[in-house]
Amino acid sequence: MDEILQVKGLRTSFLTSTGEVQSVRGVSFSLGKGEALGIVGESGSGKSVTSMSILRLLASTGRIKEGEVLFEGKDLTKVPQKQLWDIRGGKIAMIFQDPMSSLNPLARVGKQVEEMIATHEPDLSKQERQARALELFRLVRIPEPEKRYRSYPHEFSGGMRQRVMIAMALACKPDILIADEPTTALDVTIQDQILKLLRQLQAEMGMSIIFITHDLGVVAELCSRVLVMYGGMVMEEAPIDDIFHRPRHPYTMGLLASIPNIKQDKSQRLTPIPGSPPDMTNPPAGCPFAPRCPHARRICMEQMPPYTQVDPTHRSMCWLLTPEAPAQDNPFKE
Amino acid sequence: MNDIMLEVRDLTKHFPVSGSKRQVVHAVDGVSFQVPRGKTLGLVGESGCGKSSCARTIIRIYDPTSGQIILDGQDITHLTQRQLIPLRRNIQMIFQDPYASLNARMTVRDIIEEPLRAHKVCATAREADELIYEMLDRVGLSKEHANRYAHEFSGGQRQRVGIARALILHPKVVICDEPISALDVSIQAQVVNLLKQFQEEQGLTYLFIAHDLSMVRYVSDEVGVMYLGKLVELCEANEIYDHPLHPYTQGLLAAIPIPDPQLARAKTASSIEGDIPSPISPPSGCRFHTRCPRATPLCSQVEPVMADVGGGHRVACHLFSQCTP
Repeated sequence: MDEILQVKGLRTSFLTSTGEVQSVRGVSFSLGKGEALGIVGESGSGKSVTSMSILRLLASTGRIKEGEVLFEGKDLTKVPQKQLWDIRGGKIAMIFQDPMSSLNPLARVGKQVEEMIATHEPDLSKQERQARALELFRLVRIPEPEKRYRSYPHEFSGGMRQRVMIAMALACKPDILIADEPTTALDVTIQDQILKLLRQLQAEMGMSIIFITHDLGVVAELCSRVLVMYGGMVMEEAPIDDIFHRPRHPYTMGLLASIPNIKQDKSQRLTPIPGSPPDMTNPPAGCPFAPRCPHARRICMEQMPPYTQVDPTHRSMCWLLTPEAPAQDNPFKE
Repeated sequence: MNDIMLEVRDLTKHFPVSGSKRQVVHAVDGVSFQVPRGKTLGLVGESGCGKSSCARTIIRIYDPTSGQIILDGQDITHLTQRQLIPLRRNIQMIFQDPYASLNARMTVRDIIEEPLRAHKVCATAREADELIYEMLDRVGLSKEHANRYAHEFSGGQRQRVGIARALILHPKVVICDEPISALDVSIQAQVVNLLKQFQEEQGLTYLFIAHDLSMVRYVSDEVGVMYLGKLVELCEANEIYDHPLHPYTQGLLAAIPIPDPQLARAKTASSIEGDIPSPISPPSGCRFHTRCPRATPLCSQVEPVMADVGGGHRVACHLFSQCTP
């Protein structure tokens, strides 16, 4: 598959009064053309900061300390602001978790979509812009688009607002859509509608999607490949079926065991992951998951594990997978 | 001993609409259910379906518009707030947001001690301390945590404090209003296990409100599905997942993302189209008819009543009522 975006060794920190929060610590991955890549992780795992770093949408305290984001032969971490403006919303668009706070409450939704078109294609006439915006409303299946065009965001439900956000994101036919938990604030029925829409749009327009979520179920429905993040690092990367049926990292296994499946025996307890995620101002020296890992040994606490290539498309960062790891109490060598 | 711990009959709660004398929000409309002692009833539905309003009306944070609330054989619908005080020992609540529901200016000790003080349970401070330390230990926190403030804790730990506060009085009924929705996946299971453990040890009765259907199935004995203030289906927890009858329940279940890529690809059932209508002027007849794929003209005219279709499986839908003309 052709690669459209490559992230190499990305490190992003936030400088706060309590110290440097090392949100992303060396993340590398690539995105194929037309691929839907999922980034899964809990709060504080660095999944959102990774996506924000791609477009340099960091708060003023945030710094990209190292790494490259390669898109069309350019390193987005270094291109001048002016070029970045063209890329943002143009070739790479983004949708966010809370559609209400991403929309202007004082402007009609149709106008907001038009504004997006005007920014990136200033040569279009007013009529052409309106026609395009209406077309987008139809594309994202907003019922009665002519009527809803003149509505304000507060007149829309959460699901409809997210559709407006998607319409704005698609206004310039982006090559890449970054979706940062776009369905987390929505009800399951509405989430299902939005996921269906994204699937249809991806098939129709052939764009690549980076889908960030904490919900493994959502990833299973939409993505073909997954990165599992924890403590600012990629713990495991694999095709979707491997993540669910052949996980090769204790964290991934723990996440899967924490969700009750449909066949769960109710008399049995769930197996949660004990403890809580690490403090990123002072991350552990070794594997970030080691303090909560049921299989952790001394080396896990002291040294960062290397990536092991389980097979050509599946890599995992765990000492237990290395050739020198002992077989005793090793879930991967039995 | 009464076997039904909590019962509501025809519970209705309407809220006035500001700026209007006639319009009301139909938050809860004629909801009836029973929760047997030591069991868990799960309530599910989309946001705005009235499940939280229902819980808050039961605990009398809101006064019901009509209907009855019976706690352990006693009708508490019309008791005054003063008369309710002694009964509050028996019914406690765990809230959704562990960030908003703990006082930021109080230490964990103060937070857990407050119910003890309000109900004058302990004669001496030492006695209170003992109870607090024991409770902290049981929710998986330690003695050292007692003097810290809520902001020093993670979401999961805060929810443990919320549980300790609710359970220190040894209530009979605990209303859990989305207690895990704000927590990370790996932490949710910790909290659910804790709630289950307390139920086994103390025979607690839970009303468990959530929108995460897979977790509700796991914790509940019975599950009720709400839509726009109405209970539309109520039955044994596994039954509702294996044989959902109401088209709304079927759609709701079809919408859950399946954490298994093979099953997700094979998924054929279609979920619900459109948005939930306004509870200020709910649709006539069956409230779901505007989104229902199987609606008939009858559905928009006559409201279906809850009827037992066998084995205690109750559903309010014309497709299953025998008396349909």
